[in-house]
Amino acid sequence: MIEPLVDVSRDFPIFNRRINGYPLVYLDSAATSHKPEPVLAAMDQFYRHSNANVLRSVHTLAEEATTAYARARETVSTFIAATDPKEVIFTRGTTESLNLVARSFGDQFLRAGDEIVLSPMEHHSNLVPWQQVAKRTGAVLRYIDLADDGTISIDAVRRVISPKTRIAALSKISNVLGSVNPIVEVADLVHQVGGVMVVDGAQSVPHEPTDVMAMNADFLAFSGHKMCGPTGIGVLWGRAEWLAQMEPIAFGGEMISYVDREMATWAEVPEKFEGGTPNIAGAIGLAAAIDYLTAIGMDKICHHSQALGEHAFDALREISGVSVYGPRRPHAAAVAFTIDGIHPHDIAQVFDSKAIAIRAGHHCAQPLMQWLGVGSTARASFYFYNSSNDIDRLLDAILETKRFFQR
Amino acid sequence: MSLDDLYRETIMDHNQSPRNRRSLEHPTKTVGLLNPTCGDQLKLDLRVQDGMVVDVGFTGHGCSISMASASMLTEAIKGKSTDEALALARHFKAFLTGTPSPVNLGDLEALQGVSQFPSRVKCATLAHNALEKALSQD
Repeated sequence: MIEPLVDVSRDFPIFNRRINGYPLVYLDSAATSHKPEPVLAAMDQFYRHSNANVLRSVHTLAEEATTAYARARETVSTFIAATDPKEVIFTRGTTESLNLVARSFGDQFLRAGDEIVLSPMEHHSNLVPWQQVAKRTGAVLRYIDLADDGTISIDAVRRVISPKTRIAALSKISNVLGSVNPIVEVADLVHQVGGVMVVDGAQSVPHEPTDVMAMNADFLAFSGHKMCGPTGIGVLWGRAEWLAQMEPIAFGGEMISYVDREMATWAEVPEKFEGGTPNIAGAIGLAAAIDYLTAIGMDKICHHSQALGEHAFDALREISGVSVYGPRRPHAAAVAFTIDGIHPHDIAQVFDSKAIAIRAGHHCAQPLMQWLGVGSTARASFYFYNSSNDIDRLLDAILETKRFFQR
Repeated sequence: MSLDDLYRETIMDHNQSPRNRRSLEHPTKTVGLLNPTCGDQLKLDLRVQDGMVVDVGFTGHGCSISMASASMLTEAIKGKSTDEALALARHFKAFLTGTPSPVNLGDLEALQGVSQFPSRVKCATLAHNALEKALSQD
């Protein structure tokens, strides 16, 4: 029996809902996580008590808002073991973070013929921005070959890294395969040829301890909403030496130093990259989420996520007519599967009638679907509020789905 | 709303034994459509002569709703004029938002339950959108 790590009905109001007469079984945390009371309270408190714009005004509310926003940046910085909070840039989410690296670093440093190393398992947000920067600069995309179980071997990475490699962009954990990629080793190889390592941490940062220096990364992107924070807030962490050299991509308020009729100079990092009024309440909510996760313990969360992922993988594999994707061990908290002869959308529909929320579709990873040879899959994903009882409900629902469509 | 209201017998029948599921050898019009949220893919082939749909076939893959709907649509429009086919598609789409159809929709009426599941409406209308796109080609 794998128990939730918190008192779910106390901390998460949404789990007190019933859907179609059943208690909610939420297995879609890889898409977005639910929000605990302390996060909701922190954002509510900000809007009710301290609401003001940051950085500019001297009144009390503005001081409080600015302090809270700066403290949120420090909280994030500590959480990912960054050396300086200035290396933490707030964005709308992983997608905007990766677009920022591609647009700013990519456009500035890539030349025709330079190579960008990717994997076919990347989420569209760590793939399409690189396609676009390749088009603009004449750089070339090189794809790492996946092993049969979807994992990445160091030999396969060696085969695509060359002296022309300028950037490797890789997810730490796949949102479909639940595989864990060897970031440290890839980063070593990339650094040996003078390139930079961009890590998509959307699925890893919510589920495991993160140490950007130990990870050997140059950039790390992640979203607040997959780790109990609100939507619309995310982070790009980057090494100070790169951020200092990079040009901003959004121009306007609060990102400038001096402006006259003809020209402008930029504010320092991170403000240089945060043009316009930032998502202040979002940053405060994210910091509250980090405090909440830290109180549970990221080591415990990591162990729990992997235990559920591996338990689900093994159990699903035992059911005849069910195919499960990705490696058996280690398997992270997302498990993709299909049932012979039943479209994933129909699976998700039957599950919903039992209040079991899963995702069905291509999971924003069409090249991976093409590699797997399927149009789409169903996916169950877990977080610390799930239990092995939820997986039992999932297994029952699969049997019921098979009965329903094979009647 | 129960599952049986959505997945009626007629739908299950068309899903398990789709009609006109083939590529035409000499189509006069072909349209491929994707349903990007689900990954459904549909190709609709039409053979139109003198303003009449003389043959129609579809290929692709998708959920039971999209495949059954394509199967039902091909049955309903074969032998009809292109104007009648377009009217059928239009009335069917309105039917899914609760407007009674002035023309007989045949088996397509079994898809009425889809109107209670907004996320599935795009599945049920994929073939109809392909038809409209095909017949708007010159």
